[in-house]
Amino acid sequence: MDPIKKKIQSSSRETRQDLLGKVITYTCIALIVLVVLSIFVFVASKGMATFFVNKANFWDFLTGKNWNPSMVDSKGKPMLGALPMIAGSFGVTILAVLFATPFAIGTALYMTEIASHKGERILQSVIELLVGIPSVVYGFIGLSVIVPFVRNNIGGSGYGILSGSFVLFVMVLPTVTSMTVDSLRAVPRFYKEASLALGATKWQTIYKVILRSSTSGILTAIIFGMARAFGEALAVQMVIGNAAVMPTSLLSSASTLTSVLTMGIGNTVMGTVANNALWSLALILLLMSLFFNIVVRLIGRKGRM
Amino acid sequence: MDEFITTSDVHLYYGKKEALKGINLSFPAKGINALIGPSGCGKSTYLRMLNRMNDLIPQVTTTGSVKINGVDIYSPKTDTVDLRKKVGMVFQQPNPFPFSIYENVTYGLRIAGVKDKQLLDERVEHSLKQAAVWDEVKDDLHKSALSLSGGQQQRVCIARVLAVQPDVILLDEPTSALDPVSSGLIEDMLLTIRDKYTIIIVTHNLQQASRISDRTAFFLNGELIEAGKTKRVFLNPQRQETDDYISGRFG
Repeated sequence: MDPIKKKIQSSSRETRQDLLGKVITYTCIALIVLVVLSIFVFVASKGMATFFVNKANFWDFLTGKNWNPSMVDSKGKPMLGALPMIAGSFGVTILAVLFATPFAIGTALYMTEIASHKGERILQSVIELLVGIPSVVYGFIGLSVIVPFVRNNIGGSGYGILSGSFVLFVMVLPTVTSMTVDSLRAVPRFYKEASLALGATKWQTIYKVILRSSTSGILTAIIFGMARAFGEALAVQMVIGNAAVMPTSLLSSASTLTSVLTMGIGNTVMGTVANNALWSLALILLLMSLFFNIVVRLIGRKGRM
Repeated sequence: MDEFITTSDVHLYYGKKEALKGINLSFPAKGINALIGPSGCGKSTYLRMLNRMNDLIPQVTTTGSVKINGVDIYSPKTDTVDLRKKVGMVFQQPNPFPFSIYENVTYGLRIAGVKDKQLLDERVEHSLKQAAVWDEVKDDLHKSALSLSGGQQQRVCIARVLAVQPDVILLDEPTSALDPVSSGLIEDMLLTIRDKYTIIIVTHNLQQASRISDRTAFFLNGELIEAGKTKRVFLNPQRQETDDYISGRFG
């Protein structure tokens, strides 16, 4: 074959490189998708077994108040009421985010609108430091500082939803703050200029223009904070008291989906009702994080319009 | 001639770089004044000095005296919030807030504490009519201002400034991002309000300056080269640089 024809018809080095790159990225993506899918299928099949194999009633599971998987009730069904844990999880999550949001927005506004460049950098590293502290350390501090503080100043044993949300407050604060900072930075500078040029004060500009045009970003930050709080296990488990009973007040011992899982997973045998029940709790956690993700997507879509 | 705005010996520095090198320039009340000159000559800097927007940029120092209606706006007692209510500004890029048209136009009044719905409605209609955009948006006042075309957005931005009823309106190349038709609409509109406001417009478009302005000032390298009645500056420039610039030999 004549050499020019051969050269044109065979693929060049660059094209082969391109192909190799594609193969590598697609393989990585396929692997990750496979891992995610198998986790989902595994947790779902295990979690569903409670209802299909052990014949527990799904509605009773969501609304029942008695959690004692190894015992059976008068009708011979296992006592699988997960409501105390669901309530505990939502309780600590919502309270933690309620505490954290004002502080996060305040800090973020200070960083983006008020602080000097140097102050901003210092705060930035403080926040990054907060992210890096392992959750067991937060739990330990909670156990030795917050629990006695709540016991001595507010009441109860000190273990409970309130202490859990205090610990989570510190843990979600950096997440919510740094995401709020990002969304405030994304507000175009010319909105600010336009507002100031119309005779608005700095504060009017902040709350009438900057906060308003970054609402969807701030909501996303809050949802991410909720997802983080909802999924946190260790630190909460150390301060919440771990009583799988319906919480009667913020000061009484309670438990969350995650804390029951970390406490129980080593003490049950694969395939038993008690073990399957824990998987059902894990399934709820998985579905909740899916739900948080969808909400974030929806907010993002609405914010773009 | 009664001077409404007088600037004497104004120097402005960005850090150590001198951007305005001793500007002596004044403007009478009412009418359109054009500031022309090549990019980087200091005309926008000069404009932003008149409502102290340069304060937002770190490390800017201004010296000299700037008086608007007899009041020194760089005195420590000056409230920039009050100043900017009297001296409105329209920017190069249309910059409506991502709110409804109505909220955009009423923004300046609301932050000033006006709550009377009837007054707000009146001002919205009046300002949008003055800005020659009322007929196009009157049925969609509660639609987002971002859904409008660039030219309409810019006119809404002008209405937003007019609603506050300032004495002075500063326009920083207001039509350079717009198509010729929209630019023409804005020029016609400026001519209809020239008797009510002191208008200062920075423009790169010499035809625009000659079409609409009463007086023209030519800036070059941070210095004021020449200022006077537009006709005189364009037909009979006294300085060689002005002649070169308006005849297109540089810039």
